Amino acid sequence: MSSVAPNPPATHAPSKSWTVKVREKGVEALPPEKLLPDGQPTYVASWIYMFGVASIASLIVIIGSGSILALKGPAWWHYTGIGHFFNSIHLWSVELFFFAMVVHLWGKYWMAAWRGGRARVWITGAVTFLVAIPCALTGYVSQQNFDAQWISTQAKDAMNSVGAGAFFNLTNFGQMYSYHVLLLPIAVVGLVSAHVLLVRRHGVVPPFELEQRKAALATAPSAGREGSPAGTDGGAQS
Amino acid sequence: MNPVGVMGAIFNLNHPAHTVDWEFIHLSVANVVVIGLMFIVFFLAILLPFPGAAGRNAARRGGGGS
Repeated sequence: MSSVAPNPPATHAPSKSWTVKVREKGVEALPPEKLLPDGQPTYVASWIYMFGVASIASLIVIIGSGSILALKGPAWWHYTGIGHFFNSIHLWSVELFFFAMVVHLWGKYWMAAWRGGRARVWITGAVTFLVAIPCALTGYVSQQNFDAQWISTQAKDAMNSVGAGAFFNLTNFGQMYSYHVLLLPIAVVGLVSAHVLLVRRHGVVPPFELEQRKAALATAPSAGREGSPAGTDGGAQS
Repeated sequence: MNPVGVMGAIFNLNHPAHTVDWEFIHLSVANVVVIGLMFIVFFLAILLPFPGAAGRNAARRGGGGS
């Protein structure tokens, strides 16, 4: 009776496949424990972050109600009770989205949230706000009523005065509707996704005093070991 | 009276918008109210303690943060 020697462990050459490269880059940038963490520094326990989450929750309601409006069409949202209801849900979720986003933006501005290599986190947040404005305004001219006509004929002059009227025509319903339901929502969702992933990658900006304490510890490493900041941003995990 | 009629009676919108005018600033009262609410909510968000934050900080100082 003979036994077969086990095969030696296979040695693989590094793969040149683009899928492997993308996977390795992705895991390197956002390892699973960073992508879906089970704790945050104690300074994240602030209402300001609740408004960031409220913005995302509002965005989900906006997209959900907007999808239903798109499926049912103008006659439904103008002439039926349930259509009025979803029309109002869509409008007020947009109001809530901007309200929460502005409070979150103000809070992060006064925290100087671009500190510590977080410029892209700040920029994606601020640009989301800027892109969301035309996303909402094109909704006003997509209503299919006299209000939309009035707004479009007034606002076209602003576009024409800056030379944008040739390719962004507010009286062109098809163009405005496409911007409102496809192009700009894709941009907003993409920016919000990038913003959240960048927050996961870089962590939430620490308070000023914690950053100063961390800098002081870096210059005098032997002093005050106890109470030294933990984690990547100097905050204890909660 | 149908529900739309009731709402119409509460919020009479059948008039030109009320506005606040100061130099070149020209805002509807509704927008001024929203901006004021945003300021109030912002300061409350800064000033009010987040539920559970004190407990987490105490646990951290005591070495029990997890």
